[in-house]
Amino acid sequence: MQPFIQFESVSKSFGSMTVIDSLDLTIHKGEFLSLLGPSGSGKTTILMMLAGFERPTRGTITLDGMRIDQLPPHRREMGVVFQNYALFPHMTVAENVAFPLEMKRLPRHEIARKVARALDMVRLGSLKNRRPSQLSGGQQQRVALTRALVFEPRVILMDEPLGALDKQLREHMQLEIRELHKRLGLTIVFVTHDQSEALTMSDRIAVFNAGKIEQIDSPHAIYDTPRTRFVAQFIGETNLIEADVVNVQNGHATIALGADLAAKVRSGPELQAGQKALFSLRPERMRLGAEPAGDNSLGMTITDCIYHGDHMRVQLARGNFTFTARCERLAGDWTVGTQVVVSFDPRDCTVLTS
Amino acid sequence: MSRASARERMGALLLIVPLLAFLAVFFLWPLWTMVRASVVDNTVSRVLPRTAAAIVSWDGQGLPPAQVHKALIEDLRQAEDQQALGETVRRLNSAVSGFRTLLTRTTNAVRDETNSGAIDLGDLDRRWKEPRFWLALREAVPPYTDRNLLAAVDMKRDAGGAIVSEDPGASANRLIMFRTFLVAAIVTLACATIGLPYAMLAAAVTGWKRTVLLLAVLVPLWTSLLVRTTAWFVLLQNEGLINGALQVLGITDGPLPLIFNRVGVVIAMTHVLLPFMVLPIYSVLLSVPRNLMQAAASMGAGPLRAFWRVLLPLSLPGLMSGSLLVYMVAIGYYITPALVGGANDQMISSVIAFYALGTANWGLAGALGVILLLVTMILYFIYGRLSKSPQLLGA
Ligand SMILES: Nc1ncnc2c1ncn2[C@@H]1O[C@H](COP(=O)(O)OP(=O)(O)O)[C@@H](O)[C@H]1O
Ligand SMILES: [Mg+2]
Repeated sequence: MQPFIQFESVSKSFGSMTVIDSLDLTIHKGEFLSLLGPSGSGKTTILMMLAGFERPTRGTITLDGMRIDQLPPHRREMGVVFQNYALFPHMTVAENVAFPLEMKRLPRHEIARKVARALDMVRLGSLKNRRPSQLSGGQQQRVALTRALVFEPRVILMDEPLGALDKQLREHMQLEIRELHKRLGLTIVFVTHDQSEALTMSDRIAVFNAGKIEQIDSPHAIYDTPRTRFVAQFIGETNLIEADVVNVQNGHATIALGADLAAKVRSGPELQAGQKALFSLRPERMRLGAEPAGDNSLGMTITDCIYHGDHMRVQLARGNFTFTARCERLAGDWTVGTQVVVSFDPRDCTVLTS
Repeated sequence: MSRASARERMGALLLIVPLLAFLAVFFLWPLWTMVRASVVDNTVSRVLPRTAAAIVSWDGQGLPPAQVHKALIEDLRQAEDQQALGETVRRLNSAVSGFRTLLTRTTNAVRDETNSGAIDLGDLDRRWKEPRFWLALREAVPPYTDRNLLAAVDMKRDAGGAIVSEDPGASANRLIMFRTFLVAAIVTLACATIGLPYAMLAAAVTGWKRTVLLLAVLVPLWTSLLVRTTAWFVLLQNEGLINGALQVLGITDGPLPLIFNRVGVVIAMTHVLLPFMVLPIYSVLLSVPRNLMQAAASMGAGPLRAFWRVLLPLSLPGLMSGSLLVYMVAIGYYITPALVGGANDQMISSVIAFYALGTANWGLAGALGVILLLVTMILYFIYGRLSKSPQLLGA
């Protein structure tokens, strides 16, 4: 895939505060890229620089090989969906959707045709004469989305567009946006601080921390092989343990987790014996049983057990060493204090050296 | 309703008693007096009560019956209040000239004659045989009149009682009213032209810049009206700061006539009334989400088109409220036009002041006031409707 949008050493400062620090980022045509990070990490700032509402302090942004970072926003052809929808309150739904087409000075009949088709596509045709204030949050969201799509912009930018919706509606809209993306082949840059949203919707996720990209990868890779401590902790839940690499042997390494605890993990070329490392293991990748099984089996004691409906969260301890495991159900006679064997696959462990 | 809550209600009512009393004494009562003064006319009926009672039975054809003559003779004999009698004479004489000598003569005659039954008015003065004097009398006795209200808009009743326009040149009330509405409209337009961009700027900036902009509007509002007007009085003089600066900069050769004319009135009133325009627009704009303009830009609207299609329509409710407010206040303005306006370019308020204070013609002053009040109330009604349903304006 050829690069479509490219940030090259882009920095942005407000006064003396540097918000984005020398960012390099490539976005491909037709991909769904999520910018994920905690609040204040600079996601909106990046989107605003892309849309043209902020100018980079340093660096260049190109779109299809053309520099755009000095272009005013109305010449960039980017559809933006704002968190508060930013619908025009004095216009009807149809007028809102027609607005970008009127700005393009399309003939009137063509505008009417496109508006009708776009509204039908998101099942809003019957509401076209309502004002935004007469719509529910989800409907407003769909109008905002339609308005951003209808003029066939080169990129769609969304800044936490689902943040104001309740959980059920949010999940529904996630599917709907995902579906539109696939059907229309849109390039979407989607800002969110909700990791599950990013994981379910994206082709790639860029995880941000304090104005820098920690990792940019497919959802799968971000979840299964986080490359920094921040990513491991920010995405999903994990057991992080400071460890020492004991030895490395044909693709596997032995890691000392504590005085009398060792684990066998899959090893890349970066691991060397004697190194300090960070061991990460997802709670749902552990199995609890009565008997040892597989390469890694540790005897531990259940110290707490929390019921979550569809799963149980089990706290395990051995000395001052603790694990959190997640499992669907426990054997009937297990209670707090029961000794169990925790086993896990070497391929499910991640070891970070930094 | 429980007794406790009834008592609470009483307590609450008691708390607003001072307010109600204040409103009644300083607002409702003067208003009522003004409206009354414009329609009540008992100058004649007070002095000639019997005549007033008797003359209503006369149909206006020919001469009135004998009992009207008797009543008039009796009234004139009994009339003691010389001042009231004088007013009546003046009032009747202004309706038909010659009434003054007629009444003076008749009064003297009926007072000299002890036997009132022996008096025949027609013999006393031949003019009593002319119906027009009696008609004027009949016209003048009813306690309520629309004369003032009609005069306020340069109309009158002709001899037959039909409403007709006053002779051109006889009165200038219509002209002055038109001028008042025109000056108020110019001031409103000027306030809108300056106030709209100003409010937009104030809503767009943040921090100390916004504080400074708002203070610049509010400080004049907190300053006494008289002080502000006097300041313009000083500034607009031929030797004042503005003319001085214009000449020093070489823009004009001699002093521009900025004071004692409409230019001065418009300048000073625009300044004084600007806050009433800026504040409503500003408060409307504050409720407009900031990123609407960003959204417009992202959809390809350049700054001008975004302004025209988004910001301007959204500020319209504020603009309308502000304009109505400014207009309502402007049509009743007194001090500023009186001080910096031209003597021949006065507005309705100073005409009211002239009638009320200068000639003690409370009736006409009241009638002009009633018309001003009506216009203001209509505007206020529109204002209320607009501010309740901004949808009307498309926002
Ligand atoms: N216009 C601005 N002026 C000053 N600081 C800003 C401005 N916009 C954003 N910031 C700062 O930049 C940082 C990143 O903000 P933002 O991009 O909005 O983060 P995010 O969207 O990831 O929550 C924050 O610390 C914020 O306070
Ligand atoms: Mg943000």
